Amino acid sequence: MKAKAQIVFDTLELSTLPAEDESLRAPLRALIAETVVGLAPDRRARSWQGFDAAFSRKLGANGYLGLTIPPRYGGGGRSPFARFVVVEELLAAGAPVAAHWIADRQSAPLILRFGTEAQRETFLPAICNGEALFCIGMSEPGSGSDLASVRTRAEREGEGWRVNGQKIWTTNALHSDYMIALVRTSGTPADRSAGLSQFIIDLNARGVTIRPIADLTGDQHFAEVFFDDVLLGSDALVGEEGQGWAQVNAELAFERSGPERIYSSIVLLDTWLAHLGAVGRNDEATAGLAGSLLARFMALREFSIAVTARLVAGETPLVEAALIKDLGTSFEQDVPALIGDDLAGHPDEALSADLYRTLLYTTHVAPSFSLRGGTREILRGIIARGLGIR
Amino acid sequence: MRELIDPFKRLLDEHCPPVMVREIERGADWRPAWSAIAESGFLDALVPEEMSGFGLSLTDVAPLIEAVGASAMPLPVADTMIARALLARAGQTVPDGPVVLSTGSFPTLFAVVADHFLTGDPGNLQLIPMTEAASAIPGTLDRMLACPNTGLRGIAATLRSQLIAGAVSRVLDLSIAYANDRQQFGKPIGRQQAVQQQLAVLAELAVSARICAAIGMRAGLAPSLRAAATAKIGTGIAAERVASIAHAIHGAIGISEEFDLQLLTRRLYAWRLADGSEGYWAGQLGKLVLDDRPVSALSFALAE
Ligand SMILES: Cc1cc2nc3c(=O)[nH]c(=O)nc-3n(C[C@H](O)[C@H](O)[C@H](O)COP(=O)(O)OP(=O)(O)OC[C@H]3O[C@@H](n4cnc5c(N)ncnc54)[C@H](O)[C@@H]3O)c2cc1C
Repeated sequence: MKAKAQIVFDTLELSTLPAEDESLRAPLRALIAETVVGLAPDRRARSWQGFDAAFSRKLGANGYLGLTIPPRYGGGGRSPFARFVVVEELLAAGAPVAAHWIADRQSAPLILRFGTEAQRETFLPAICNGEALFCIGMSEPGSGSDLASVRTRAEREGEGWRVNGQKIWTTNALHSDYMIALVRTSGTPADRSAGLSQFIIDLNARGVTIRPIADLTGDQHFAEVFFDDVLLGSDALVGEEGQGWAQVNAELAFERSGPERIYSSIVLLDTWLAHLGAVGRNDEATAGLAGSLLARFMALREFSIAVTARLVAGETPLVEAALIKDLGTSFEQDVPALIGDDLAGHPDEALSADLYRTLLYTTHVAPSFSLRGGTREILRGIIARGLGIR
Repeated sequence: MRELIDPFKRLLDEHCPPVMVREIERGADWRPAWSAIAESGFLDALVPEEMSGFGLSLTDVAPLIEAVGASAMPLPVADTMIARALLARAGQTVPDGPVVLSTGSFPTLFAVVADHFLTGDPGNLQLIPMTEAASAIPGTLDRMLACPNTGLRGIAATLRSQLIAGAVSRVLDLSIAYANDRQQFGKPIGRQQAVQQQLAVLAELAVSARICAAIGMRAGLAPSLRAAATAKIGTGIAAERVASIAHAIHGAIGISEEFDLQLLTRRLYAWRLADGSEGYWAGQLGKLVLDDRPVSALSFALAE
């Protein structure tokens, strides 16, 4: 039991980003600036919810997508450290990255690891060009935290499959070309993780209906997706039939471990710092708040690099990803709470409408930071299991 | 008081149900809902009887303000009640339409759906017509009115506290109902200890918000600094934490526009920020403590 706890704690150590990856920053910044220059801070605060397909294609054309994918599939052939640098630059600027986000983060690595040669050749070059947009079909109305209870079903039909069921909360389904869906291929929901498989579903296929859902800010980033006798070829199955649960967990390590779990409130933080400079407020209490937020940010960033180093080492850092996601999203949620108290704590100081709108937007979406990608309670359960106490 | 509260709640339910709340927020005509509420006479609940009001105290009216908070209505009903009482008592003309209290440079809530804003000091009230200036903040019902710090900040803050207490109790009800209803892992999520603990904290915060708000209400239309500060600090902290806990319990459905929780949590965040956050009031109260140099915390508490 003790040995398990040591695995979690010992492998995470300070790492340095290699110089050749650091050198990606300057040219990338210039490219990002062209796109974000006209965007108000509350638009940039959308962060990885901001959708701009043309910008994603531009990143692809300039070699910033699929950085860890081998060159023979159109990728950069570089390490996860290179991807870390690119991703943190995009997030720090509040660039609209939603179009390629999921494909670049988890669908491409999933297809590379579990897909057939034909699937790799079909999808990876398009993802690296920013031309194949993917979404994640895990959650269903009755299956959120209890993901293994999914009811969407794929049954054998000739050489291929027939899919029936429904997904929900699917981010970017409306704009995506494909969904990688976790569905049941044998047994019943009572069989839990046995009998699940993953499929690449072409969202233009007959029988697929997508209904967008507005979030509490009015944005329509997620959707319900219905499958009504959708026919798939045999080549739609990713990996092995019945191995969906193991595959999805590998995918979740990619989904949870990245720097987006510390950057979601960064545009608000930067806009607030600019406001303090503009109004010339630098008393001790203000300095103390700025200092404590920046210290947390810097430490979390190093923590995130340490987790990236586990990806570099070829591991699947599921528990480590849970640690950083819980800590990181707590920081992301504290930022609007503390900055709100600070700004409303100075009710006689003028603030810009842009800063106010950015504060409201970030405040309203902040609760979702610890829901998407697995709730805080579920992550803490994973950490506890990693410690050998469950 | 029951004979007042029940009809008032029915009035709110009828004229400002959740669909209407959403429509007004999207810019629909709010005047019909307003007229219905104005015609009921409730807006003069705090106006003295000799001035043809109900002649009630703030404590008497607290349940009505609580009901406004719980209804998430996007019209300044409670602000107008206070404004009418202050204006009537000062012998000033009371206007017909909605009035918001505006007490600083921080944006004023629901000023887009008001005809006037009230600022100045209790002894020198200034009622200013809302002009269609560039002060409206796009995407909100708020305006940047840039009022100077006024002697109205205390009563405005105690009003926000009572609105928060109302919204918080409704959020607690919604969260309990959802935890009993939503099934995961073959049982209601409310059976998970992690969820139970969060609901327990939510309940603690809801009760403490009610107590803090009552401290403010008890102090009347011209609350002392210590009453206003105690009310707004406690409810401000509760507002933020209750909203986060409720959203955690509800999962993704709580983030969707069509689920009513967000109507209430957005109000909680807004009222927390309005008229001085907990940090502002803690600073004000702290200065008072340091100036008073009380011999003990208890002697400060007893000194009111
Ligand atoms: C902005 C956003 C984007 C999303 N995008 C996607 C997407 O692209 N694709 C996709 O598939 N899904 C997506 N989701 C869904 C997300 O994965 C789920 O919201 C999440 O897994 C939780 O499920 P749920 O919302 O059904 O909450 P529930 O599982 O119903 O949980 C409700 C509450 O109960 C708690 N709970 C449940 N079980 C336990 C337990 N055993 N122990 C302790 N507490 C428990 C939870 O922690 C939570 O507090 C998205 C969600 C959001 C908010």
